[in-house]
Amino acid sequence: MTTAQPLIQARGLVKRFGDFTAVDGIDVEVRPGEAFGFLGPNGAGKSSTMRMVGCISPPSGGELRILGMDPVRDGPAIRARLGVCPQLDNLDPELTVRENLTTYARYFGIPRRVARERAAELLDFVQLTERADSKVEPLSGGMKRRLTIARALVNNPEIVLLDEPTTGLDPQARHLVWERLFRLKQQGVTLVLTTHYMDEAEQLCDRLVVMDGGRIVAEGSPRALIEQHSTREVVELRFAADSQEAFAGKLDGLGERVEVLPDRILLYVADGDAAVAEVTALGLVPASVLVRRSSLEDVFLHLTGRTLVD
Amino acid sequence: MVDVSVAGRVRPALPRVPALAVLAHYLVGYRRTWRAGVFSSFLLPVLTVVGFGFGVGAYVDQGVGGLRYLDWLVPGLIASTAMQVAIGESTWPVLSNFRWIKTYFAQSAAPLRVGDILAGHLAFVLFRAFTSTAAFLLVTALFGAVRSPWAVAVLPVVLLLSLAVAAPTFAFSAWAPSDSYLALLFRFAVIPMTLFAGVFFPVESLPSGLRQLAYATPLWHGVDLCRAATLGVAPQWSVPGHLLYLAAWAIAGWLLARRAFRRELVV
Repeated sequence: MTTAQPLIQARGLVKRFGDFTAVDGIDVEVRPGEAFGFLGPNGAGKSSTMRMVGCISPPSGGELRILGMDPVRDGPAIRARLGVCPQLDNLDPELTVRENLTTYARYFGIPRRVARERAAELLDFVQLTERADSKVEPLSGGMKRRLTIARALVNNPEIVLLDEPTTGLDPQARHLVWERLFRLKQQGVTLVLTTHYMDEAEQLCDRLVVMDGGRIVAEGSPRALIEQHSTREVVELRFAADSQEAFAGKLDGLGERVEVLPDRILLYVADGDAAVAEVTALGLVPASVLVRRSSLEDVFLHLTGRTLVD
Repeated sequence: MVDVSVAGRVRPALPRVPALAVLAHYLVGYRRTWRAGVFSSFLLPVLTVVGFGFGVGAYVDQGVGGLRYLDWLVPGLIASTAMQVAIGESTWPVLSNFRWIKTYFAQSAAPLRVGDILAGHLAFVLFRAFTSTAAFLLVTALFGAVRSPWAVAVLPVVLLLSLAVAAPTFAFSAWAPSDSYLALLFRFAVIPMTLFAGVFFPVESLPSGLRQLAYATPLWHGVDLCRAATLGVAPQWSVPGHLLYLAAWAIAGWLLARRAFRRELVV
């Protein structure tokens, strides 16, 4: 698998909109069968990258090969083998659930009868069989999302592109979507997704890149990224209001890194319990202590900063 | 589950005529709503014939150029119906496919080209304009307002007229920053054309400046051809002249629409 030709290969890929550079020279390789994630805050360039990979947005610079072809010249031939689940559902509300799949199948030259069978099979897969003849409008957000995913699979694609697949869904709906995507992955479908949910990335991605300001700031498996950019454990200390700063000064030199937030202090350490013992030994009595493992979220916030992006 | 029998037989390819796959999408949706539409496509001509033809016509004593007013009016109404349906179907539906339900974006992720997406939707608009006009022709023929077998020539004429007005309207709707612009199109183009392009009275009655404007509208060329067909007389202008003029609108409209669609879909 590691020697296989990459399905997606980008070298110095750039996307500009006028003076604004949305994607600023990224190198990416996606191999067959893997689930690859683009993580980043809003405006990091994830969606612009996905649109270039989806062959609907011509690159402004650099090199991009998808399934060994050129997205500008061979757009339709590549898109015939891709499945795309956009960030916002764009189903046809006037058609039924089933018709949304069968009409879309015709864009791929799939004969009507095969399209009907395929639609039935996909509705079963995304658990919408009972709603097959219902219109799209009254469906819940989670159902619409699953239908959009089913539509992306109608052509039996080799690569499925998912732009923030679970944004806006409730926890039950998210878990159902993850479970279905995981099954696709098990069947050998290559998944490429963008997300700003760390749990989603940890659940689904074999490999991911963290993007910020149009550039890739880190790359690797979720585990490797945590090892590389964070410590094994994090201690969260809360002190009485307003005393935070005073305590923070005394914690210097404890663990690899101390981060003072308005409501708590984070100690990045190898051994959380040992660090707590040290804190107590210093005579400090925090209002609350939480020892937890480092997560991708710590890596993400460390790399892309805590400033709010609107 | 996904990789059972059918998936193996799904061989994604390019549809043979991609625009037809796009047209099929609109027809599937239309299958649900056509009944309501059919009723109004028959009712509207009946009401117009009774209201304008018999009602207003009764006051037009001498007719127009020796013809009964109703007979003179009907071909004009056929052409203006085609125009109104064609433009109506090219405004909100196009805007919505870009801004609200985003159908065009869904289509552009499939192996379709911008031209296929545009051509498929235009074909549906022509289908709508054609069927509405055919219904109008049928109803008015039953009222005895169609005087020549040449009237069948109306059908290809309304197709060309519909394309000549729909294509530039697609460009306008793709460009329009909000749907309030579409209302302007009706106020400043559709209604004036309907009133002054020779549907209800001869263009020659207009003062010279306005008359030139009327001649410039695609509708007048459609009206003149339709009138010649249902009355079985020669048109005021040469037939090739009319056809070329309408074709020029259609081609220019297509090029503008394709550019406007590209600007929205390929970014």
